[in-house]
Amino acid sequence: MKITAAEALIRSLEMEGVEVVFGYPGGAILPVYDSLFHAKKLKHILTRSEQAAAHAASGYARVSGRVGVCMATSGPGATNLVTGIATAYMDSIPVVAITGQVSTSLIGRDVFQEVDITGATAPFTKHNYLVKRAEDIPRIVKEAFYIASTGRPGPVLIDLPKDVAETKIEFKYPEQITLRGYKPKYEGHPLQISRAAEAINKALRPVICAGGGVNSSGAEQELMELAEKAQIPVATTLMGIGAFPENHPLSLGMMGMHGTPYANRAVTESDLVIATGARFGDRLTGRVAGFAPKARIIHIDIDPAEIGKNVKADIPIVGNVKRVLEEILKEVHQKQPTEWNERIAELKKNTFTYDKKNKLCPQEIIEELSRRTAGNAIITTEVGSHQMWVAQYYRFIKPRTFISSGGLGTMGYGLPAAIGAKFAKPDETVINICGDGSFQMNLAEMATAVENNLSIKMILFNNQGLGLVRQLQEFYCKKRYSQVYFGFVPDFVKLAESYRIPAMRIESRDELPGAIDRLIAEKGCFLLECMVDIYENVYPMVLNGSPINEMIGG
Amino acid sequence: MKTTLSVLVENHPGVLSRVAGLFSRRGFNIDSLAVGTTENPDISRMTIVVDGDDYIVEQVKKQLNKLVDVIKVSKIIPEESVSRELVLIKVDAEPQVRSEIIHIAEIFRANIVDVSRKSMIIELTGDKDKVTAFEELLKPFGIKELVRTGIIAVNRGTKTIKIEEED
Ligand SMILES: Cc1ncc(C[n+]2csc(CCOP(=O)(O)OP(=O)(O)O)c2C)c(N)n1
Repeated sequence: MKITAAEALIRSLEMEGVEVVFGYPGGAILPVYDSLFHAKKLKHILTRSEQAAAHAASGYARVSGRVGVCMATSGPGATNLVTGIATAYMDSIPVVAITGQVSTSLIGRDVFQEVDITGATAPFTKHNYLVKRAEDIPRIVKEAFYIASTGRPGPVLIDLPKDVAETKIEFKYPEQITLRGYKPKYEGHPLQISRAAEAINKALRPVICAGGGVNSSGAEQELMELAEKAQIPVATTLMGIGAFPENHPLSLGMMGMHGTPYANRAVTESDLVIATGARFGDRLTGRVAGFAPKARIIHIDIDPAEIGKNVKADIPIVGNVKRVLEEILKEVHQKQPTEWNERIAELKKNTFTYDKKNKLCPQEIIEELSRRTAGNAIITTEVGSHQMWVAQYYRFIKPRTFISSGGLGTMGYGLPAAIGAKFAKPDETVINICGDGSFQMNLAEMATAVENNLSIKMILFNNQGLGLVRQLQEFYCKKRYSQVYFGFVPDFVKLAESYRIPAMRIESRDELPGAIDRLIAEKGCFLLECMVDIYENVYPMVLNGSPINEMIGG
Repeated sequence: MKTTLSVLVENHPGVLSRVAGLFSRRGFNIDSLAVGTTENPDISRMTIVVDGDDYIVEQVKKQLNKLVDVIKVSKIIPEESVSRELVLIKVDAEPQVRSEIIHIAEIFRANIVDVSRKSMIIELTGDKDKVTAFEELLKPFGIKELVRTGIIAVNRGTKTIKIEEED
């Protein structure tokens, strides 16, 4: 029996095991939504904007490790997805985005709601498709999921013109994929693996720098074995948070621009940096010339283009981090703690802290939350100072529990990502930590959470402005504070209540324990608004152009 | 430094814009780009001359390889390959200088493909140096228009750049 390409699309998604799609309908994607109406297995979550649908899909993907799916109509629907797609791309998150498109005969004529979305997203999708023939749909969906989830994961977009979607085809889901231009390499080169193991065995002051690749390849076990076997301290990148338990004696926490002083110093003193699934981003390395000046560098990454791109690698290994570590482990010798481990313990004494001069500090709120949840929660964040404090002060112990926009730094990410996270792990506590700036970008998603009976906890740091940008202006613009204070902020408690979300506001530290109690106890959504000072800075901080061991406040 | 890359790509719509877009967004400089189908109609070959040091060329190769539609990227070694470019030059050619121009064209084995009252069009094939030298010689006569195809290249001997080949 013939079915429309739109139905074939839904069937194909079901064949891929998709359970939930986040999206927003419109004219050009009508046929798809019509097919969705009859779908038995597939659940569609209507967000309040397409951007949120993309973020929810990526939050879902980050937490579950599976491909997140979002869809939108042509034109403005598609362009609203763009920020979410770019966010997923920068953090290597597997997402399939489906957009409606105007009919093929109209493409190129600037008709109503036409936009060249494959052209627009080419720079930040792993691949994209404009479907020209209806019978290609099953193959394209299969390829899209394959490309999104294999190799270095990333977003893939499928743009489906309306007339193509309405065309009837014989549905047959392909079993195989032939992509001669796409062959990710998983196994590391044996020779390079031996060289790496030898370098590790000989190193006197090794440091592991664990990136998002450890989380995405599920290599946390191997990472732990390597660290413990050879007594190597482990620093993570922002994306690598959770890959190594931060309560482990070998943990150095996060390194980089707002990293821990001991992580940054350890890397600077080290004679061997083992980068696993990390790309040496500029926020990580500081001034590249001053990065790990005494170290040889082993760089393990699945994407050959990352190797040597930012920092020169002495021992490059292209492959899946998990598999490569498994192999390296076979050749690495067991070691007892050395002088280097003593030195690390020494470095760790010089920790970072904050001044409790105000009635309530954002850092202590996160410390309290960390203590109370003991790392057993999924924490999503928005972007800003609050995000950095979460990275610094929350002790993450499990992979895929810190969900944050790293590479693109997208404000408005956290709340929709929390929604996606909750669909991925309904039984986990999901908490979004946000600033008042970021929160206002996608706060309408509270409605999505309520509508779907999701329990999403929100901790809002209200500093009446854009804290992190203000900090930048303090350092780089001689305190010329330009457009970083909000002249008006709504009553967030009442706002939450209008969404039928219970909420409370606190202003001092005495109220904190009780507030956290309530946050944890609440069954449904809850908003905790914390009044904090906009002049609270994120420290340590490495200034632009400085090497990472030169930190202010560290 | 100039490097010639031979790139086999799927003959899909949009491939050219993906490749061109990659160059512009990553700040790579293209000297020339020639594209056409190969012995296999599903596959096109792009010959791209890149301007940049080893780091840039390495990045270009790796980034090109990341495109799903790119099947294979190979570096063309000048000594082991033949490279050619075709150029069409419309040059001012009043009757009194015509024979001189024809003479130059003959020396370069160029063809005169069109003659009008005041100008002619000359077609020349050759490597970059030959084309440049020819252009220099014609300049004094007044070049009205010039079109170059960009370099295309193949390896000498039995060495081929095909998809069957694994590297
Ligand atoms: C979409 C977007 N626009 C602008 C920025 C630039 N930016 C980075 S942090 C920041 C301030 C964030 O303010 P808020 O969410 O209140 O967090 P705070 O820093 O105050 O904790 C801004 C504007 C961004 N990262 N994302």
